[in-house]
Amino acid sequence: MMRTLLLSPLLFFAFLGASFSAYAAMEIQVIGGAANKIDVAMVPFQTAAGQPMPSLTQIAGDDLTRSGQIKLVDVSGTQQPVELAQVNYGIWRSKGAEAMVIGQVTALPGGRFEVRFRLLDVVKQTQLAGYSYNISPEQWRATAHQIADIVYEKLTGTAGIFSTRIAYVQKQGKRFELRVADADGQNPKTVVRSNEPVISPMFSPDGNQLAYVSFEDKKPVVYVQSLQDGSRRKTAAFKGSNSAPAWAPDGKRLAVVLTRDDASQIYMINVDGSGVTRLTRGGSIDTEPVFSPDGQMIYFTSDRGGSPQLYRVASSGGEPKRISFSGTYNVSPTISPDGKLLAYIGRDEGRFRVMLLDLASGQTRALTDTARDESPSFAPNGQAVLYATVQAGRGVLGTVSLDGKTHARLSESGVDAREPAWGP
Amino acid sequence: MNKILWSVLLTLTLTACGTTSGTKATVEDRTGGKADAGMSSQTAGSSGSSTETSALGGKGADATALDGSSYTGDPRKNPASPMSNRSVYFDFDQFVVKNEYRAMLEAHAGYLLSKRDARVILQGNADDRGSREYNLALGQKRAEAVRKALAVLGVSEVQMEAVSFGEEKPRKEGDTEEAYAENRRTDVVYADE
Repeated sequence: MMRTLLLSPLLFFAFLGASFSAYAAMEIQVIGGAANKIDVAMVPFQTAAGQPMPSLTQIAGDDLTRSGQIKLVDVSGTQQPVELAQVNYGIWRSKGAEAMVIGQVTALPGGRFEVRFRLLDVVKQTQLAGYSYNISPEQWRATAHQIADIVYEKLTGTAGIFSTRIAYVQKQGKRFELRVADADGQNPKTVVRSNEPVISPMFSPDGNQLAYVSFEDKKPVVYVQSLQDGSRRKTAAFKGSNSAPAWAPDGKRLAVVLTRDDASQIYMINVDGSGVTRLTRGGSIDTEPVFSPDGQMIYFTSDRGGSPQLYRVASSGGEPKRISFSGTYNVSPTISPDGKLLAYIGRDEGRFRVMLLDLASGQTRALTDTARDESPSFAPNGQAVLYATVQAGRGVLGTVSLDGKTHARLSESGVDAREPAWGP
Repeated sequence: MNKILWSVLLTLTLTACGTTSGTKATVEDRTGGKADAGMSSQTAGSSGSSTETSALGGKGADATALDGSSYTGDPRKNPASPMSNRSVYFDFDQFVVKNEYRAMLEAHAGYLLSKRDARVILQGNADDRGSREYNLALGQKRAEAVRKALAVLGVSEVQMEAVSFGEEKPRKEGDTEEAYAENRRTDVVYADE
């Protein structure tokens, strides 16, 4: 905590600088981290005239820092190698680096760039990875994220998520925008703009479509929209309310919540709106469905026991089984990619926090220490959870590592961000 | 220290916050009181609002609120009639229509029975604590409660639709008991208003 306090002002000024070049993208604040971080020296790549800003090492370094598992070593005040032959491992070992990244950017004809980089094991004095890219300026950020993914995976053994995307809803005044951005909140693109609320976005398994709920028809309607051409269709617009879309792993069907026959109940529906079948029954609320990764189970929120709790039911139907037992308000389940963990929102003493449930043991623990958390969504590599919370009266997005030790905040001045979803 | 940091951020963003409210016509009515007949027309009158989608960022579209003030002589708007009451309020965690709304709902039922082509939308709402989707379901429960009460009074299901706005369109914002109570509500809105 002390460390957080000391870091905050420095980070703040760093963000201020970043925000000028980021064009109304989100700012990032990282707090805490794992106890045993891997020390990595990101040696600034040799630059080429006219290369985009910020630098590749800056973007990739920010990615790695945000993971909470990697700490960047101070690279100032020493010779900065570009080629393998220039590396003096002893110097970098004495700076505490366990691994280092070197590279260079070269201008190519036609405005393109060649990027070469190597990841080196400083202790073993070997190369762990080395790649070169021929890129357009538009691919600058994507290339930096790919470099971060490679470094992260080689050093931790887990796939990186720096090339993935997130969706979220931002509210500015009375305007709502559904946006898709890089996982670091940068490069945001608006895919829906409305004067009416939009909630519950969810990426299709291939990341090419978004399902969401829009109130533009004076009631909640489920839409599915292509991210490639912006076309969309009403997937569920039945009498009553239509909400809470969740993609089946095959990307062809969705679970949705309809009220056309009864109270809010879970149904299965094809993406084109055909083939509606009812999954749950009874007069109580069943909502917020989410598929297990193998598609066999659906986890959901229900008040059938008197208070909102988490349940699961076979996606083929059957009797639901309660799986949350402590507390009187447990909602909004999201499942880890390996199907073993549920993150959800639990209320305890009036605070709504991101909780983690181990499905095998039934053990739960809090991941956050905030009070107004909503809409958790697992990272594609299962290492973190994205969620919405409220800070200083404003909606912001946060990520938290599964050990609860690394927190990052994504926020934009004057904008209320909510309803995040993490995509592939 | 964090508080200090955030206050600095807030100060810097104050200008941006102050300019975001805009002057465009919108559907949200934050001034409505418990017996505000104008509320329903505000809600229904927002059909001019627009939504646009794009693969990449597109330009904004303006909304034009329809004017709902031209219903002179409409019995539904007669201040002397219980029909001018359009909101049914619920107690915390309760979904039972209280007795005090009996006269109001009987008047609406009478109108709907006498005008079989009239359509009514029952719009349920919830306060903003907790999950948006769960609150949508809670608002739906409040809308269904009013729908069922009207059905008992003989109104045809064909004439009614119960929908929910959840916590998305609060009449009163803020983290106060007063705001929570104001938003635990179903509005009776006619399709032609």
